[in-house]
Amino acid sequence: MDTKLLQLLENDPTMTHAQLAAMTGSTETEVAETIARYEKEHIILGYKTIVDWDRTQREAVTALIEVKVTPQRGDGFDRIAQRIYQYDEVESVYLMSGAFDLTVIISGRTLKEVAQFVGEKLATLEDVTGTATHFILKKYKEKHLIFPVQEPQEERFVFE
Amino acid sequence: MDYGKVMCGRVKSIPPSGIRKYFDLLQGMEGGISLGIGEPDFQTPWHIRDAGIYSLEKGFTKYTPNAGLSDLRQAVARYLKRRFDLEYAPVGQILVTVGGSEGLDLAFRCLIEPGDEVIIPTPSFVCYGPLVSMMHGVPVYVETHAENEFRLTPEELKAAITPRTKALVLPFPCNPTGGIMDRKDLAALGEVLKGTDIMVISDEIYAELTYGQKHVSMANLNGMYERTIVVNGFSKAYSMTGWRMGYVCGPKELIGAMTKLHQYGIMSAPTTSQYAAIEAMEHGDGDIEAMRSEYDGRRRFLVDGFRKLGLDCFEPRGAFYTFPCIKSTGLTSEEFCDRFLAAERVAVIPGSAFGPGGEGYVRACYAASMKDLAEALSRLERFLARRGEK
Repeated sequence: MDTKLLQLLENDPTMTHAQLAAMTGSTETEVAETIARYEKEHIILGYKTIVDWDRTQREAVTALIEVKVTPQRGDGFDRIAQRIYQYDEVESVYLMSGAFDLTVIISGRTLKEVAQFVGEKLATLEDVTGTATHFILKKYKEKHLIFPVQEPQEERFVFE
Repeated sequence: MDYGKVMCGRVKSIPPSGIRKYFDLLQGMEGGISLGIGEPDFQTPWHIRDAGIYSLEKGFTKYTPNAGLSDLRQAVARYLKRRFDLEYAPVGQILVTVGGSEGLDLAFRCLIEPGDEVIIPTPSFVCYGPLVSMMHGVPVYVETHAENEFRLTPEELKAAITPRTKALVLPFPCNPTGGIMDRKDLAALGEVLKGTDIMVISDEIYAELTYGQKHVSMANLNGMYERTIVVNGFSKAYSMTGWRMGYVCGPKELIGAMTKLHQYGIMSAPTTSQYAAIEAMEHGDGDIEAMRSEYDGRRRFLVDGFRKLGLDCFEPRGAFYTFPCIKSTGLTSEEFCDRFLAAERVAVIPGSAFGPGGEGYVRACYAASMKDLAEALSRLERFLARRGEK
């Protein structure tokens, strides 16, 4: 089964165990056991839905923040990263190579809410030496999913 | 004007496709699911589309050489060597056509004298017979059978050969059955053909879509290369149906003759599509693997689904169709498709539309989303349960 099951789930976690079993050529029991193991071993972290909030009435803003930090003896970047990712507002945190250290992605209800978080919580952490906040203006694609609705081609008849 | 009188009799005698009505019916239906159309549901990979766009930006909008862009023919030659161990010279042995369909048409036009017979294994793609008839040829249909995994056997071939036999069509991997022919099966046919002048027209449009084993061409076999015309294209392998890109390879005398016809009838295949096709052949192997792996999962799912619902289903080893047997329902193929569509709004195609041997089966294409496949199966379950109650 190996990574095939993981690939299928990464692409569509709504597939039933029966579908997954048929597609991987295994049994439903095997699928259920393997998924349980993956979850236990933290290979599968969880399941999320990609939502285009712009199509709803709910306000939402996302910002990408470049963060420079002072790494700490012994802990390197892990401790400061942890202090940042514990906040609920923080969606993602990545350690980067290059001109800054951490990419922090924050989502909030309003611009003000995000700005407040950066100014009051993030920038004031003692090991953070600098931040640069970039607001996301429009989402085109996330996790291989495209936000604009694709125009369908004219219905056609093919006698193949 | 009496158009019936002015129209050529052969055109009039060609029957309309048995598939069309299902699309017409499905069109007006809310929530309908089509497992009818024989087309990949993937978009053409972006890098291939991009190459087409780029060629337009550069202003490549003129005719190409009749046989196709030289770079494309070289790419085709490298591709065929790399993936199928077939050797064709880019100059003289490869002709770029408007889809595999044009390649088939040209092959028939170059071979058939009035009265010549062409052996066509069925059930198979619907175009061979009409194209042969248009050349005053005689299609000789040979039924393949589920118990032989829809292969053509040497005995069946031998029984169909007459002094008028000009050519044999090999439609493998097969639409609609999903049957394939391996090297040993082809070698057995080769033994029958040896010593005759019968040509082989090998329609290999689904060559990249085989599951569990690699496609073998008749042209791979000793002594068969000289008598084989290989027809292939980009539609299925790279999900490029709308680009209309195909190619035909074979002995240079025949490809030369086909190029002559192509030059009069078509001039050259669409230029934009040819540039996109070069990109596909040079950098598209990964796309093929990704699509094949996706189809393979859906194939298992659909076959498994039919079997769980009590329908016999031969395991298709190629193309992207399943061909379940519906004889247990007591309905004909056409009745089954009509009623299933009316009751559950799912379009599948009667096997009888694909020639002799197709009755009792339906074709369901798994180039559809998992969601649609799952929904189609649950509607089929309901359909069969209701029939059982009656």
